[in-house]
Amino acid sequence: MHTLPQQLANGLLLGSMYGLIAIGYTMVYGIVQLINFAHGEIFMTGAFGALTVYVYILPDGTSMWAAVPLMLIGGGIVSVLVAVGAERFAYRPLRQAPRLAPLITAIGLSLTLQELVRNFYPGADKSRAFPSLDATHSIGSVDITDADIFLVCAAIVCMSSLAWFVRKSRTGRAMQATAQDPDTAQLMGIDTNRIIVVAFAIGGFFAAVAALSYGLKYGNIDYRMGFLMGLKAFTAAVMGGIGNIYGAMLGGVVLGIAETLASAYISNIPGMQQLGGQSWANVWAFVLLILVLLFRPQGLLGERVADRA
Amino acid sequence: MRGTHRLPPGRKCLRKGLIVRKRSLVILTSVLTTGALTLTACGSRDNGNKSGGSSSGTTLTIGVDAPLSGENSTTGLGIQYGVQIAVDDANKNNWVPGVKFKVKALDDKAQPATGQSNATALVGDASVVGAVGPLNSGVAQSMQQVFNSANMVEISPSNTNPTLTQGKDWQTNKSRPYKTYFRTATTDALQGSFAADYAWNGLKKKKAFVVDDKQTYGAGLAGIFNGAFKKLGGSIAGTDHVNTGDTDFSSLVTKIKASGADMVYYGGQYDESEKITKQLKGAKVNIPLMGGDGMYATTYIQTAGQAAEGDLATSVGVPADTLPAAKSFIATYKSKGYKGDYGAYGAYSYDAATAIIKAVKAVKDANGGKLPASDQLRSKVVDAVQKSDFDGITGKVSFDQYGDTQNKQLTVYQVKGGKWVAVKTGTFNG
Repeated sequence: MHTLPQQLANGLLLGSMYGLIAIGYTMVYGIVQLINFAHGEIFMTGAFGALTVYVYILPDGTSMWAAVPLMLIGGGIVSVLVAVGAERFAYRPLRQAPRLAPLITAIGLSLTLQELVRNFYPGADKSRAFPSLDATHSIGSVDITDADIFLVCAAIVCMSSLAWFVRKSRTGRAMQATAQDPDTAQLMGIDTNRIIVVAFAIGGFFAAVAALSYGLKYGNIDYRMGFLMGLKAFTAAVMGGIGNIYGAMLGGVVLGIAETLASAYISNIPGMQQLGGQSWANVWAFVLLILVLLFRPQGLLGERVADRA
Repeated sequence: MRGTHRLPPGRKCLRKGLIVRKRSLVILTSVLTTGALTLTACGSRDNGNKSGGSSSGTTLTIGVDAPLSGENSTTGLGIQYGVQIAVDDANKNNWVPGVKFKVKALDDKAQPATGQSNATALVGDASVVGAVGPLNSGVAQSMQQVFNSANMVEISPSNTNPTLTQGKDWQTNKSRPYKTYFRTATTDALQGSFAADYAWNGLKKKKAFVVDDKQTYGAGLAGIFNGAFKKLGGSIAGTDHVNTGDTDFSSLVTKIKASGADMVYYGGQYDESEKITKQLKGAKVNIPLMGGDGMYATTYIQTAGQAAEGDLATSVGVPADTLPAAKSFIATYKSKGYKGDYGAYGAYSYDAATAIIKAVKAVKDANGGKLPASDQLRSKVVDAVQKSDFDGITGKVSFDQYGDTQNKQLTVYQVKGGKWVAVKTGTFNG
């Protein structure tokens, strides 16, 4: 068990990434009750946006201190544009349609974005190398890389600014109002269309932050990366209580740690050898999700709301 | 979701319009169906003409099935264009007088289900006389039956799982499951043992951590390595399995680090191993990762970068660029600017396609210079391929009673200075 601190750190890092993506699912759901299944692809386009800045815009040999913020801006712009574009052209026309229509649209949009990147981004049909930050630091028995530090700092900064924004700012309070009752909010003079756009934009930007961390950490990206990460992040959002931004982060971290620990230790339990290891990590993650939903259907931090299923 | 279900505005008024629209829909559908039926009728008549006729203008098709997009596509494209070059050579040099060949390449995306439907499509096209592919052993499993029922020859340039030719109990009781399946690649039974031998005797490694991707190819290869390495006296520091498509291996890396292994053996494709090696070296675990022909691709080095240095892969055959006979093949491949990687299986695909073309010639010659009718042609080609015996660009091409190649050469490659360099070539019989 001497590897426990390292495995916990691994899980926390993976979980922070899930959490950052999960914010996008949960905010959009909280305001328009739409599961934006294309969010994984918004994450993926963010990674390619950041890569574009690094490979095609910055001169060779730019120091990473300068490159990372610029890549974040590049990735952020792409993700936010894609997210807002999706809202404007794919979801808004279906705002009054039955619920299934936007859901199917989201799946279609997700495939469209994947294929667009695969066909039109040079070299995207296989893994593309991404500049990685892999200088390692040892803290006790735990080794972490620069990319990990970036990820944790980014997650903390993003979460606290979001918390402040939603609670204190005028737009944030308008968001809460829209989430509670869009019709009444509109009657009170809130431009709900604008609020919805803001929710999509924030989700897109957080996805770009996660995408940049993903690239810096793993050193390569491809057009399929959004599918699995999106699915996991959606799971995290549901586990934490969909609609609740703190729940999304908590759900992400719980999911990441559960996966890592399951992969690391379950095979050590006598008689469980066949059920452990990396390949079973997803199974245990979803077992945990089922347990949470059995005993707390509203999710870890979700509230029981009468008029929402 | 909200309790009140909002009806879209004006839904009731639409009812009337719906009926009208329905009627026009019926008309539209019937028009389309009639049109489609007419078109298919034309299509099938066309096909019949092409294959049935024994006139001078006959064109036969060689099917290709390989992953041409996404995962494994670098090596998959190498197969497609290897076959293309063989077909071009056959047409240019008039290998089979009066018969032209063309290639029909289908993308299986490394998915067994897609491979199966591609096999069905190839069998359904009357002009197809045989197929080259697939790349993945797991895909091959789902295709063998389809080709066998249609009596159509299938030659894989790269499948290495022993069960494909020697049956489920290949270790104790060999029996050939499908008589239409052949391969120009040697099996993992030899490859895994060859790797274990090199790890123990060449690299002097004592403790291996064995990881596989649970696929037919990967799990089979890792199991064979595991057994052979233990038999030589090595110990296994641990085993684990990953899912194809996984990207975060931090937990696995921590386990490998704690296990004290001095090498990692990976059974699977480059898509995962390039990430594992990168994350392994990133965590300062500087032990080499060794794998099979599934990770012998330039993409592995491109993606893993510096982390790939010192990693090893075994592959079937000898390096294509050391074969004098393969020189013109490589020159053609490069001059045409084909995508993908010919290094691993391109030359084997060329020989596989050549075997089919030569079989067609043998059948035609035996039939008095005329091609038999298409239903007989396929089964006769299978018999002729079984009797293949010629010098291909990878060496002698001939098959044993299981459909395995008799050419049992293997090579260990190591990444040195950002390139795969052959470090040991040999024939393994043990």
